[in-house]
Amino acid sequence: MQPDRPIAVDIRDAVKTYGDFTALNHVSLAIEDNEFFTLLGPSGCGKTTLLRMIAGFEDVSAGDILLFGQPIANLPPYQRPVNTVFQNYALFPHMSVLENVSFGLEMLGQSKAQARGRAAEVLDMVQLAQFAARKPAQLSGGQQQRVALARALAPQPKVLLLDEPLSALDLKLRKAMQLELKHLQRETGITFIFVTHDQEEALTMSDRIAVMSAGQVQQLGQARDIYERPVNRFVADFIGDTNLIEVVVTQLDTAHASCQMAGGHVLQCQAVTGAQVGAKAHLSLRPERLFLTKADAAPGGLRGRVRENIFIGTDITTIVALDQGPSFTIRASNSARGNARVFEPGTDVVINAEQGAGRLLVS
Amino acid sequence: MAMRRYDLRHYPSFKAVTLLCLFVLYAPLLVVTAYSFNASASITNWEGLSLRWYVEVFTGADSDKFKSAARNSFVIALVAATVSTAMATFAATALLRGGQFRLRMLSFGLISLPLMVPEIVTAVATLIFFNAIGVDRGLLTILLAHIAFCIPFAYLPISARMQGIEATYEQAAMDLYATRAKAFGRVLLPLMMPGILSGWLLAFIVSLDDFIITNFVKGAGVETLPTAIFGAVKQGIKPNIMAISTMLLGVSVVMVTLSWLISQRDTNK
Repeated sequence: MQPDRPIAVDIRDAVKTYGDFTALNHVSLAIEDNEFFTLLGPSGCGKTTLLRMIAGFEDVSAGDILLFGQPIANLPPYQRPVNTVFQNYALFPHMSVLENVSFGLEMLGQSKAQARGRAAEVLDMVQLAQFAARKPAQLSGGQQQRVALARALAPQPKVLLLDEPLSALDLKLRKAMQLELKHLQRETGITFIFVTHDQEEALTMSDRIAVMSAGQVQQLGQARDIYERPVNRFVADFIGDTNLIEVVVTQLDTAHASCQMAGGHVLQCQAVTGAQVGAKAHLSLRPERLFLTKADAAPGGLRGRVRENIFIGTDITTIVALDQGPSFTIRASNSARGNARVFEPGTDVVINAEQGAGRLLVS
Repeated sequence: MAMRRYDLRHYPSFKAVTLLCLFVLYAPLLVVTAYSFNASASITNWEGLSLRWYVEVFTGADSDKFKSAARNSFVIALVAATVSTAMATFAATALLRGGQFRLRMLSFGLISLPLMVPEIVTAVATLIFFNAIGVDRGLLTILLAHIAFCIPFAYLPISARMQGIEATYEQAAMDLYATRAKAFGRVLLPLMMPGILSGWLLAFIVSLDDFIITNFVKGAGVETLPTAIFGAVKQGIKPNIMAISTMLLGVSVVMVTLSWLISQRDTNK
């Protein structure tokens, strides 16, 4: 993040209410120019509402939205220099691919010839030049998606809004499109605001992610930040797989906290602000940051017994139940090194956590 | 295929009931059509194939009366269908795309209510209305009445079509810098066109066929085809009536087929 980067979209204390229901509850976000920014959250968290407010399809109940410093909250959609890729693409079925892509340019006042020329260029950029004369219905889902992208990019918007554009594609195509989108963003230098409920998609593509829930931003940061250092239980649980263990903080100093879980098992982790001795909290432990060793005579450690091994291709997931304590999920990569840490069900084992694996969550 | 046993077609007497329904519906039409080609002057005795009654319609003693009635009917149907379709299109746009406004539900009801009102009531009401405002009965009163009662018929296919068009198309158009008017003209209207065409054809047929309301509001000496036929029948049914009816039936069949083809082409797209 460079401090001199201008702010592309500045959302200031935005509120959206529908009658008694609050869809957005005082959201403030500064999205930087040339950023791939993702709004991530479960359905109903307000992410699509926020996107539609930027596009101009929803009015703002309170607060303000600025586009490169200009207030836009009161402008109709056709006066905002932003374009949208819709979830169902919304390609005009009665127009050819070329007519679809040149539509925005013509509406901006370009001559037909000029608009068609530019549209052909953009179609070339998304490798669809040979389909220019076809109707959208004659294209596959992936091709329609690329037409929608070309149509939204053709007028060179200041910000491109993408509303779960990949959700209708199959897994292989989705992964390919994720990379293509990322490349397009870098090539064009346009700010992308991407809405998704798929945390893996968000982690793959984004410069920054805003995790949303219940109409509020829960956490804002880079992918690794959010994954490694979730600020609360919702974020830890929503992003990736994790073991969320109920604990009581028994000892605390400036750097470390001792966390006791059911069955009396104790694990050390980094202290966080807000932690208090004797208070209930949660400990988030990512399955891939845990590993097993065979239980030996030495006392202590998280001792338990292997319940089940599940083979999932790249990894082997092991369920271990602690003695009188909670169950853990541990993941070992399907490699010589990982397989050496997989034990038959019934084996007594010790769960080891890598340095810094435990994340204490007080809310 | 165990499911086939539960198929409607395998219910007992399904075939018989179907045939009975088809017979009741179409036998009279078939008889009229067949006897319009009868050489006999009698309407019940078959004396061989002939086009004489069709010739009679265009050249016979009553031909001038029928020609002017047919001209009136087609002019009224054309204008009434066009005006009512335009009004129905705007009504559908306002009701389905105008967002929430006061009395929206009432407006929905009001626009389709005339379909449920007995036609004779509408006819009497229209006549009283024209008398009250002091308009002389003639072609103009027929036209105004037809425009009014054609609106709900045109509205039905138009609104059905419009409900199937997702609002995201217009949003996409406005997102791409089209004003509301341009989004309507460039995107919504072309997508609605199949509905508008079927609405127009339906309104045309309804106007062309109307008898009750027309008979009330027409002036003396002004006839449309249905009223002219009725007038002729009062003096006894002649085979030339069957010829006219058959031609009218032909026009209706063509119109309905066109309407079907339009909707068919659209779903195949």
